Amino acid sequence: MSINKKIVDDFVANDVTFITTVPCKQLGSVMEEIETRPEIYHIPANKEDEGMGLCAGAFMGGKRPAIIMQNTAIGVTINTLVTLIQFYRMPLPMLISYRGELKESVACQVEMAVHTKALLNQLRIPTYHFHQQDDAREFDTILKYTFMCNKPVAILTDATFWEGS
Amino acid sequence: MIRSEIFRDIAPRLRDQLVICNIGLPSQELHMIDDQPTNFYMLGTMGLASSIGLGLALAQPKTVIAIDGDGSVLTNFGTLPTIANNVADNFILLIIDNGSYGSTGDQPTYAGKKTSLAAVARACGCGNVVECRAEETGKALQAALDSRKMTIIVCKCESGNIKVPVITKDPVVIRDRFMTAVTA
Repeated sequence: MSINKKIVDDFVANDVTFITTVPCKQLGSVMEEIETRPEIYHIPANKEDEGMGLCAGAFMGGKRPAIIMQNTAIGVTINTLVTLIQFYRMPLPMLISYRGELKESVACQVEMAVHTKALLNQLRIPTYHFHQQDDAREFDTILKYTFMCNKPVAILTDATFWEGS
Repeated sequence: MIRSEIFRDIAPRLRDQLVICNIGLPSQELHMIDDQPTNFYMLGTMGLASSIGLGLALAQPKTVIAIDGDGSVLTNFGTLPTIANNVADNFILLIIDNGSYGSTGDQPTYAGKKTSLAAVARACGCGNVVECRAEETGKALQAALDSRKMTIIVCKCESGNIKVPVITKDPVVIRDRFMTAVTA
């Protein structure tokens, strides 16, 4: 099974049916897979904080939301994560492309990569890092954990992980 | 008319609807004038009332009114194309456009100068964009409710604030009370 299919299957199995995205090259295939699923309402956002607002509304309307974005978006969304998602205690799985890791070709991406885990740690956001294909086996459990604890949870997926797909 | 006078005027029409209310004085004023479990007060995160409102409208069938300000729409302009391209006919975006950042001391916004939010919304592809004077807000809101079509109302009003207490309710209480009202 392709890794994209596995990830989206896990979303559907956990009733995650409202997904907002801001694209990244590494995440293109998983977004394409989402588009093929009638169970999922896919709503592209123009900026990640806007996407988190959409997710907050969908959650209060009874849907389970998720956001798919690049790690640079951590810089964009700190205020929203803290004053909306965490302050009101809302669950939000964040499937994040971890740009700037090994096999990165764009130097500027490394500048944000070196801050990514430190920022997530400072925000006390539970963080998982998928480096090898096998790591995705935990995705289903991570989604269950997110909706159990009503917190934002980060799943960082790096180039080595996606290369194996 | 200033924003709080508009709220007093339209409160009876808001009472039975799900309302997402903008950060700062708008939420504090609505909370003081007519607190309802169907009101979700934003205590932080400037700019996202319209996004939260759209997400809520897409997720369930009840009518949702997002009350936003011109300054907040300017800070999250990306919301307008998203609204235009994800039509939810149970969604009304009411922009109280007083041409100023009210909660921070009435500094002027560009919406009070050359920029027309109604024109921007139309250019983004939004249908049913209505611009009205403050006095006509209730009528415009009722027309939008009756139409059952996604509508954006830009209400042009005077800037000015009244003294209001801050909201001391716990955010989780606000959210839980609101979610109970959503499913009631």
